[in-house]
Amino acid sequence: MQQIFFFIRKFRYFLLFLLLEILAVALTIQHHSYHTSKFINSANFISGGIYNKVNSINEYFLLKSENKMLSEENVRLKNLLEQTEINYNEENFTVIDSSKYFQKYEYYSAKVINNNYTKRNNTLTLNKGSKQGLTPDLGVINSKGIIGIVENTSSNYSTVISILNKSSKINVHLKNSNHFGTLIWDGEDYNITQIVDIPRQAKIKIGDTVVTGGKSIMFPEGINVGIIKDFTFENNQYQKINVLLFNDMSAIGYVEVIKNLQKIEQKKLEQQVNNE
Amino acid sequence: MNSSIGLNSIRFIGLVLLQVLVFNHINLFGYINPFIYIVWVFLFPFRKNKALLLIGSFLLGLSVDFFSDSGGVNAAATLFIAFVRLPILKTILRKSDFDYLLFNLRLIPFSKTFLYITTLTLIHHFIVFNLEYFSFNAFLSVFYNTIFTSIFTIILSVLGILLFTKKK
Repeated sequence: MQQIFFFIRKFRYFLLFLLLEILAVALTIQHHSYHTSKFINSANFISGGIYNKVNSINEYFLLKSENKMLSEENVRLKNLLEQTEINYNEENFTVIDSSKYFQKYEYYSAKVINNNYTKRNNTLTLNKGSKQGLTPDLGVINSKGIIGIVENTSSNYSTVISILNKSSKINVHLKNSNHFGTLIWDGEDYNITQIVDIPRQAKIKIGDTVVTGGKSIMFPEGINVGIIKDFTFENNQYQKINVLLFNDMSAIGYVEVIKNLQKIEQKKLEQQVNNE
Repeated sequence: MNSSIGLNSIRFIGLVLLQVLVFNHINLFGYINPFIYIVWVFLFPFRKNKALLLIGSFLLGLSVDFFSDSGGVNAAATLFIAFVRLPILKTILRKSDFDYLLFNLRLIPFSKTFLYITTLTLIHHFIVFNLEYFSFNAFLSVFYNTIFTSIFTIILSVLGILLFTKKK
């Protein structure tokens, strides 16, 4: 017994070091598996609050570009509105059929208060949280394209796994051919992501537009991602497809968070199929 | 005694804020963000309780992790350099024991201070980038990131120490 005490006394600093180091490495490993990093994230009261304060100062320097982006988005939406008007059938105008209105997605506006894009695993922090209706697993986009997926929420802040992250795998397809693939990032350049798992029958050309696929429950189909920059075709297989993002991931201001109102229904149905 | 605790606490908070609000957003040449917060470990008094240093550096790393959403990466690396700090300094000075009470980093020759900072910075950065990439395939990225980021961390820490500490 005495020898144990002696041992502990002699190596007490080493034991303390070992204990804390194991704790730190455990937190790291937990962080690398998607959706379990519950403790260490910037969606807490202190870091969220500080980022919010600093961002409210930085914001003034970006007003010009932010305004320009908003007006561009307005133009795009107005054009879309004009297009639908042509398709209206005259008889439809007088018919009020409530079953024709059905909402699948709900959008929330939020502001990015912290953004990183130079690390291997990048995240963003938003200034809205569970109090404003955000939950984990919601898609995040802005007017130019896709940004990421909400990972954790606190009452007033939330963290987002950027598409520039090891654990981000997003279903995408080519705008003109409906072949699905998965969007990943190899950690090299923050403007360029990669597509894998695309079937070899797909015909890819440089400059093709890539949009989100309908397979994902988080994103509506057809959200812009980027254009194909280059690719290699070896052994009858696409090896590396680089996608140049529409978004400049280094400068993101306001974003929209998408909630799929039929997510539970879809998940339940898919689970039934899997169980059979 | 008390002023030393106060000074180290202020330095702790100041360095964390400086790191997460300024140096995490520098992106020099596109990707270099120096980790200057480890200066706290370099400057922590040697005569102080060793347990306090270990717990302090763990918390220091963890606070940076909180802000940069990186799990326990910085905590693990900072704790490690805090643990190996004394053995490394002893090796560099080639002394088995020295006067802890009067020890001051500014009083030993500059080349030895520089070597001490360089060694600890390289170890710290190597651990940080390894844990962040978390794969053997990324060895080259880890290597380049370690070297280039270390260069800027070392320059900034040496300048910071020369400017903001007193030579008694």
